[in-house]
Amino acid sequence: MLVLIGVLLVIIGFAVRLNPLIVVTVSGIVTALLGGMNPLQILDAFGSGFASSRSVTIFVVVLPVIGIIEYFGLQEQAKNLISKLAKLTAGRVLLAYLAIRQLTAAVGLTGIGGHAQAVRPLVFPMAEGAAMRRYGHVPEHIKERIKGHSAAADNVGVFFGEDVFVAVGSVVLITTFVDTTYHLQLEPLQVALWAIPTAIAAFLIHGFRLLRLDKQLDKEYAQLTGHAATADAGSAQ
Amino acid sequence: MINVEAVYWFIGALFILWASLIAGDANHRHRIGSSAFWGLLGLCFFYGTWVQSKQAPAWVLGIAVLVLVALAATGQLSDGKAKSSTEQERIASAKRFGNKLFIPALALPLVTVILVLAAPYLKIGATPVLDPKNTTLVALAIAAIVAVVIAVLLLKPKNKLAPVLESRRILESIGWAALLPQMLSTLGILFTQAGVGTAVGTITGAILPHGNLLAAVAVYCVGLFLFTVLMGNGFAAFPIMTAAIGWPVLIQEFHGNPAVVFAIGMLAGFCGTLCTPMAANFNLVPSALLEMKNRYGVITAQVGTAIPLLVVNIGLMYFLAF
Repeated sequence: MLVLIGVLLVIIGFAVRLNPLIVVTVSGIVTALLGGMNPLQILDAFGSGFASSRSVTIFVVVLPVIGIIEYFGLQEQAKNLISKLAKLTAGRVLLAYLAIRQLTAAVGLTGIGGHAQAVRPLVFPMAEGAAMRRYGHVPEHIKERIKGHSAAADNVGVFFGEDVFVAVGSVVLITTFVDTTYHLQLEPLQVALWAIPTAIAAFLIHGFRLLRLDKQLDKEYAQLTGHAATADAGSAQ
Repeated sequence: MINVEAVYWFIGALFILWASLIAGDANHRHRIGSSAFWGLLGLCFFYGTWVQSKQAPAWVLGIAVLVLVALAATGQLSDGKAKSSTEQERIASAKRFGNKLFIPALALPLVTVILVLAAPYLKIGATPVLDPKNTTLVALAIAAIVAVVIAVLLLKPKNKLAPVLESRRILESIGWAALLPQMLSTLGILFTQAGVGTAVGTITGAILPHGNLLAAVAVYCVGLFLFTVLMGNGFAAFPIMTAAIGWPVLIQEFHGNPAVVFAIGMLAGFCGTLCTPMAANFNLVPSALLEMKNRYGVITAQVGTAIPLLVVNIGLMYFLAF
């Protein structure tokens, strides 16, 4: 039971925002000591752990091709495509972005999109613009909701898209861990394929919620204008 | 036969190439520290081959790994911000090439899948061309090279080394985080060796009704969800719950299909990532970036998807894996 202190260290270390590499390393060392390993065994464990998990770093082989197409304007072209969504409603802008984010992540293009690259400069302004066109004004609390949903569409899209791509950390981490620990021979492609049902479910659930967001906004605005109308009527009396 | 070790040597060579580019960059703020980090990481990929085949002592590599962590943690590493195309150039070239820019990127998964499917038939004599134990990784590395060739032929960069120069820029923007997945994987292995999973298994074993498959699936998925919420990271949670329940109960006792159990299990963990402020990059940084009043506003928007999706994952695992 004492070894659970290692888990606690990870929780505390991440909570106080220490460099994750330090957190992971220290927690690993402490856990190993509590588990009765001596320093040489610990160094051996780090060494063989690194050697057997080299596959997790496979993503670097795709950097050269991503690098060169980015040099030639991949991000800009993605922005061109996304900006064609501008005529939709807020929920539908986000739904379309969710689809783009999920599909591109599924073929390994996790660099398209992201909070700094796409959500702030592009996705949120377009969703807000859509609400503005439809309702004429966007009060602060609704703007806040649209912001939350803009970031959420990005996260849901990338989380449940990237696992369909074989070179992504989580897929290779699964195969590395179970192959090393349980002597299985699991292919990353098998694991990636079985991520597809959840990916579809994530799209359906989140997509449904985004369409509902439009309806909720319609309703809220109806109430807002209703209040405004009564307030006007009140002031007229 | 193209062995998976050849792929690791390719990765090691890339790291060393990037390190030498950084070493030659006089404007780099942490030229020595950064090139030492990436260079040493590259060497570790070569040395790892002999550790894996037990022909060289592992502790040497262990020390090297600790040196890498020390270099990163003491701030010896920084982004050299290598020069790239200007925004105007990229906009002009996006206009010129349009959706053709996606072709090399799409070639990557396409070639990978084709090679994996063709692998059983690709033989010279009786020897398979691609390592049958690691077909996907070998196929992916080949696909990556094919994609670069397609990109160079299609886009015709003036400097033929552009893929290497440009990938250095991306690598440096990732920085030490590039090492993190591998360290988390190592941590998972250490946790398992030290018996963390067994300890959690003992605890959950006490509450788990014996012989009930649905309960076992639910506890595995919910456990992954909760550990991910606590640790902010599905990667760290996965080995713990897998050693506690995934392997001993779901695979060994109930004979589940490992690929299904583990793939969906990890995704149950991802539902936890949607709900936790510990995953700051995904949940807190964007709320700051969007100047939201409620810093948990992103999480609030995500919980309504995460919880139903967790339930769906439990159902999918129950029906697909057994």
